[in-house]
Amino acid sequence: MTSRADRVFAWSVGALALLVPLTLLGIALLLLVDAWPSVARYGLSFLVTTEWDPVKLVFGAGGYVFGTLVTTAIAILLAAPVAIGASVFLVEYAPRLVRGPLAFLIEVLAYIPSIVYGLWGFFVLVPFMRTTVEPALQGTLGGVPLLGALFSGPVVGLDLLTGGLVLAIMILPIILAIAREVVSAVPSAQREGMLALGATRWETVSRAVLPYARAGIVGAAVLGVARAFGETMAVTMVVGNSSTDISPSLFTPGYTLASAIANQFTEADSELYFSAIVEIALVLLLVAIVVNAAARVLIRRTGAAREGMIL
Amino acid sequence: MITLRRPEAGPAVPAEPTPHGRRANAIRVEHLDAYYGTHRAIGGVTFDVAAGTVTAIIGPSGCGKSTLVRCINRMHEVTPGAYARGSVFVGDVDVYSPYADPVAVRSIVGMVFQKPNPFPMMSVYENVAAGPRLRGWRLSRREMDDLVERNLLRAALWDEVKDKLHRSGAALSGGQQQRLCIARALATGPSVLLMDEPCSALDPIATYRIEELMRELSREVTIVIVTHNMQQASRVSEFTAFLLAGEDGVGRLVEFGTTEELFTTPKDERTEAYITGRFG
Ligand SMILES: Nc1ncnc2c1ncn2[C@@H]1O[C@H](COP(=O)(O)OP(=O)(O)OP(=O)(O)O)[C@@H](O)[C@H]1O
Ligand SMILES: [Mg+2]
Repeated sequence: MTSRADRVFAWSVGALALLVPLTLLGIALLLLVDAWPSVARYGLSFLVTTEWDPVKLVFGAGGYVFGTLVTTAIAILLAAPVAIGASVFLVEYAPRLVRGPLAFLIEVLAYIPSIVYGLWGFFVLVPFMRTTVEPALQGTLGGVPLLGALFSGPVVGLDLLTGGLVLAIMILPIILAIAREVVSAVPSAQREGMLALGATRWETVSRAVLPYARAGIVGAAVLGVARAFGETMAVTMVVGNSSTDISPSLFTPGYTLASAIANQFTEADSELYFSAIVEIALVLLLVAIVVNAAARVLIRRTGAAREGMIL
Repeated sequence: MITLRRPEAGPAVPAEPTPHGRRANAIRVEHLDAYYGTHRAIGGVTFDVAAGTVTAIIGPSGCGKSTLVRCINRMHEVTPGAYARGSVFVGDVDVYSPYADPVAVRSIVGMVFQKPNPFPMMSVYENVAAGPRLRGWRLSRREMDDLVERNLLRAALWDEVKDKLHRSGAALSGGQQQRLCIARALATGPSVLLMDEPCSALDPIATYRIEELMRELSREVTIVIVTHNMQQASRVSEFTAFLLAGEDGVGRLVEFGTTEELFTTPKDERTEAYITGRFG
């Protein structure tokens, strides 16, 4: 190829590559412009005040922030240990014959559209939570001092706990798929080095494999957090969307940032209402960028980032 | 059956000549066959390694040298589908007895790999302490400090790392990393040290230091070293085993003898052809 063709090619590829950050920047700017009335009026207190009243034209997203933090925390606390344990099992213990099919199945689960999880959550999980799990939690842990506050109030099934649980189920295959790659990217020389010192299989995993993979595993969990944070459809369908109260009860039918947008964007009939909703979107975008960047750095440290795998 | 010795204990088998004038065997390999699935990599290998010596295993690429040393501490079977038949004794431990625990066998035989593999998430200190910790030795802080220092001294690394004991083990040069791996392998006081091409990733000066170290160590530890480098074999070893894969792809022991004999007056013409560089 001539050097001129080379240059043309390099330029066009460069221009295309530039398109991606430019688009992102454009979206962020658009959001900022639309959110400006709200940003200018409330400043940072937007994120901590909880009164959200479109009639009185008062907007504070604190209740949504709270709901997002609670559901995300539930999701990651439930999903991460299971996902990490399963990834270690898949790589280190599962018979080779089942490894491939299981890995494939997990990737399929990771790509199921979130509306599917939402429907399943609404029709299967919510009734089950209402009739079985939540009464049981209330009956057993409800009386324990302090802890009991988490399980107080009426049992509806549509609440932060169910929202968190659906999120956990959704992010489990995502964390698992990435953690599996990270663990299998640990060089076999590390395993053999530990085995040759007289380690058992479990000692090899816990003292050589997991420490080596630690950064990448944390990265996988952080990606799960990012996904849970912004997830809209599934969580909107089960989280309740009626209270912005900050209450210790996981049975609060709350909102998340994303579910608040999904529920209200068609109702924004005033400029301030609209810009408050756009500001929520801006917050989600900024958090998503930061958290994803952090996750990638961590995963790359283990050298296991596979392009396209990052969801 | 397998007794785990504290580091202060001497080698299991005395390095002195026995009353019969022969040195006791540290390792005895008998009719050893090793397979990868259906592929037989080595067949009918039999030889003895005298305690307190350095024995070199030489032969062309793919003849089964790595496979052979990995059979001695039962690391061979770590490869999926791999297994061995025959017997190996380390000291008086029957390595392939149905009662032998591979984990226990590995803890009395140290191993150093071709590519230095320190644990990067552990400090230099923790790398050396890894074996004793695995063994569950209850050492005080002082005792552990001493043990780490002693083994870094044995591996001729102490002077270079004494000021960075708490930095990552991966933050050393390649040659230092390999000596760290030697210190790590020595820390639990194994009677045998297996080294699979320990210098092939190192420059000549780092290689020279490790060769010197092997000569030092062979007074207390029996060493088996795989090498591609015949000069290295003649520099460091007292005995040499020459392995060659036959037409059928199975590696067999062609000749075993003192290094001097094997390199000056080989008995087998294939040995002579190999050492004079006519094939392999
Ligand atoms: N993991 C494995 N799976 C299947 N076959 C293997 C495996 N490792 C080695 N082999 C085969 O076993 C034979 C001996 O291999 P080995 O690695 O022991 O040779 P070597 O003498 O150490 O070679 P080199 O000098 O190149 O290191 C070769 O034919 C090789 O193809
Ligand atoms: Mg080899």
